[in-house]
Amino acid sequence: MSDITVTKGAPPRFRSATEESPLARWAMIAAAVLGLGILVFAPLIAVFVEALAQGVAASLASLATRDAQEAIKLTLTIAAISVPLNAIFGVAAAWFITKFDFRGKAFLITLIDLPFSVSPVVAGLCIVLMFGTNSLVGGWLVANGYPIVFAMPGIILATMFVTFPFVARELIPVMIEQGRAEEEAALTLGASGWRVFWTVTLPNIRWALLYGVLLCNARAMGEFGAVAVVSGKIRGQTATMPTTIEMLYQEYLSVAAFSLAAVLALLALVTLLLKTALEIRHADQLAAAHRH
Amino acid sequence: MHIEIDEISKSFGTTAALHPVSLSLPSGALVALLGPSGSGKTTLLRILGGLEFPSSGRVMFDGQDATGLSVQDRRAGFVFQSYALFRHMTVFDNIAYGLNARPRASRPTKAEIARRVTKLLELIQLPDIGARYPSQLSGGQRQRVALARALAIEPRMLLLDEPFGALDAKVRKELRQGLRDIHDTTGLTTVFVTHDQEEAMELADLVVVMSMGRIEQIGKPQDIRARPATPFVRAFVSA
Ligand SMILES: Nc1ncnc2c1ncn2[C@@H]1O[C@H](COP(=O)(O)OP(=O)(O)OP(=O)(O)O)[C@@H](O)[C@H]1O
Ligand SMILES: [Mg+2]
Repeated sequence: MSDITVTKGAPPRFRSATEESPLARWAMIAAAVLGLGILVFAPLIAVFVEALAQGVAASLASLATRDAQEAIKLTLTIAAISVPLNAIFGVAAAWFITKFDFRGKAFLITLIDLPFSVSPVVAGLCIVLMFGTNSLVGGWLVANGYPIVFAMPGIILATMFVTFPFVARELIPVMIEQGRAEEEAALTLGASGWRVFWTVTLPNIRWALLYGVLLCNARAMGEFGAVAVVSGKIRGQTATMPTTIEMLYQEYLSVAAFSLAAVLALLALVTLLLKTALEIRHADQLAAAHRH
Repeated sequence: MHIEIDEISKSFGTTAALHPVSLSLPSGALVALLGPSGSGKTTLLRILGGLEFPSSGRVMFDGQDATGLSVQDRRAGFVFQSYALFRHMTVFDNIAYGLNARPRASRPTKAEIARRVTKLLELIQLPDIGARYPSQLSGGQRQRVALARALAIEPRMLLLDEPFGALDAKVRKELRQGLRDIHDTTGLTTVFVTHDQEEAMELADLVVVMSMGRIEQIGKPQDIRARPATPFVRAFVSA
């Protein structure tokens, strides 16, 4: 005991194993704040500043035009159709991949990621090639009054292609981690496959699903490249919010362009707020689901 | 229920998990499947429960062919190695799951389900944990809840995969006695998997020693100790 010296005064402060030195900590915080500031906050603020450059009235007036109204309506409609469909496809794909063993599984996972690696413009061109008036299928559809390209179905197809991976990508790791044991347990307790899906599988993935759906939604509303190619950008008809913004900007109508951009940004922010609110409200369940 | 396993084999792709094995389990017996890792114990148990289908051979329940019987229709109370409790449900809802899953005609009333769940919670000596979530339980408590959940469906047999595997020695001893008691009161034919020869010898009426997908010996614990049939069994039980 004699070699332990008791020092009087402030008790020693221990640093936890994962804690960095103060200098490193501040450097990292500074880098994070700077990065966020330059890449996220500054542009976001700039959009709103530009939108309101000629006052609130001018900004609102530009949003009240028929073209702007139609663009907002179209974008919301596209999201309302493509996001639920992609949610269903995503859940089905993730379920199929994680709950069954089959050959070519790795290939299928790669295939799901394809939209991420293919440029959206190329994706749009593929749809034009397949369904355009000059193609076999497209010609027949147009002749029978169901045009795909330069019309709503084409925009939905393009949006769905680009946003397809979001839901499945969120779900696959979660479902792999959770394994099949709970589903098997439910089966041994007499539940049908359908019941197992609704009472065990879906509740277990609901947070990942919600997250995937929100990401998918944000991207669906913001998609530009693929939609620009397939939609033809007909004002008041097939021009979505992002394509309208670009056209307005090209015509030096900066208040109109930035006002619409501000609305698009606000829609994205609402999505994020929704997610945060849900996370706060269900924090205990989230923790329980992760701790297991 | 009397369980008869008739020349069952199982292969996954090119690996043979079970070479043809035959086994007869008398009604009401407490049986241990004992063997080292990879010997095919889980595979055999899952075939009995209907979670896996054999590559060849038959399973007979009380003399009737049950090989093609679906997992739901087998009515086997299955306790999984990791317990597989439904993490988003309370303990009460976990135990009630099987009763709620019954078709409307044979589903008990809400009050009757509550009564049965309460009784099962008393049986596993955890009467006050109905409102908790699985993540709020200790390992031993989870294991008992899993057992109660399996018993709730009034199973025809009880199948347990390494029920005490993840627990410390003291809890293990307690739960062993708990399983023995539940087996004795319900009279269910019970099969449990273990690689702990002491556990098998102490608890089971009948021990099935397995190795590399084959059954090495079937017998009462004292017979296996006294007269090991193969060098493998001799080495395994003296270890
Ligand atoms: N789904 C599967 N796909 C491929 N091979 C499998 C599968 N399940 C089991 N096997 C193989 O079958 C053999 C027997 O496995 P099993 O799980 O029945 O062993 P076990 O006796 O339960 O082992 P442990 O004590 O480690 O749990 C092993 O070689 C295993 O690799
Ligand atoms: Mg096993």
